Amino acid sequence: MDDKKLAIIATKGTLDWAYPPFILASTAAALGYETEIFFTFYGLKMLEKKLNLQVTSLGNPGMPMPMPMPVLIQALPGMQSMMTVMMKKKMKSKGVASLEDLRDLCQEAEVKMIACQMTVDLFEFNASDFIDGIEFGGAATFFEFAGEADITMYI
Amino acid sequence: MSDFDQELDASGLNCPLPILRAKKTLNSMDSGQVLRIVATDPGSVKDFEAFANQTGNPLLDSGEEGGKFVFRIQKS
Repeated sequence: MDDKKLAIIATKGTLDWAYPPFILASTAAALGYETEIFFTFYGLKMLEKKLNLQVTSLGNPGMPMPMPMPVLIQALPGMQSMMTVMMKKKMKSKGVASLEDLRDLCQEAEVKMIACQMTVDLFEFNASDFIDGIEFGGAATFFEFAGEADITMYI
Repeated sequence: MSDFDQELDASGLNCPLPILRAKKTLNSMDSGQVLRIVATDPGSVKDFEAFANQTGNPLLDSGEEGGKFVFRIQKS
């Protein structure tokens, strides 16, 4: 069994950016890849016990909207929460897995998750904020695996 | 007489769930057994082909039935 390796660096902390790492990692694991995700900067939010990732069209002109909305309206209080709720509802109605489920599936598939120690310290996270089963390391730790990887992605 | 040993209903589930559920179910099956999968995700057609190629579990057939996609995969 010749395992291919997939390395992903997850740097973003919004709902729309959190999906690709977990979907790619879980699928790769299902296809027999040995997979590792390195979470750094805002990607650390994907490791929190209680996930609370938000999404907004503000600054995201590429985001499809049910109706055109002036940017100033998108910036109003409450809009971000509303958009996040709407996005989650849409995903549920279309049968898209929740982030929690995808993350669980990744762990079940033994995807290795590493939190960047430097940014954990930088943003003053506590290890207890995060889910169990993750490791802490630096860039060199990640390169140990990524150096051998067949596929490396920066998300 | 059935041509499969286990059935997985992945209707209403979108990528990557059909593949992930199939993998999980196959893990619990014996070599040689056949898993029949029903899915509504159109992307699953290509996905299961790729899954069969990558994991070495042959895709016995792939088709449509009652508006849904049906696959039979054999555990190698």
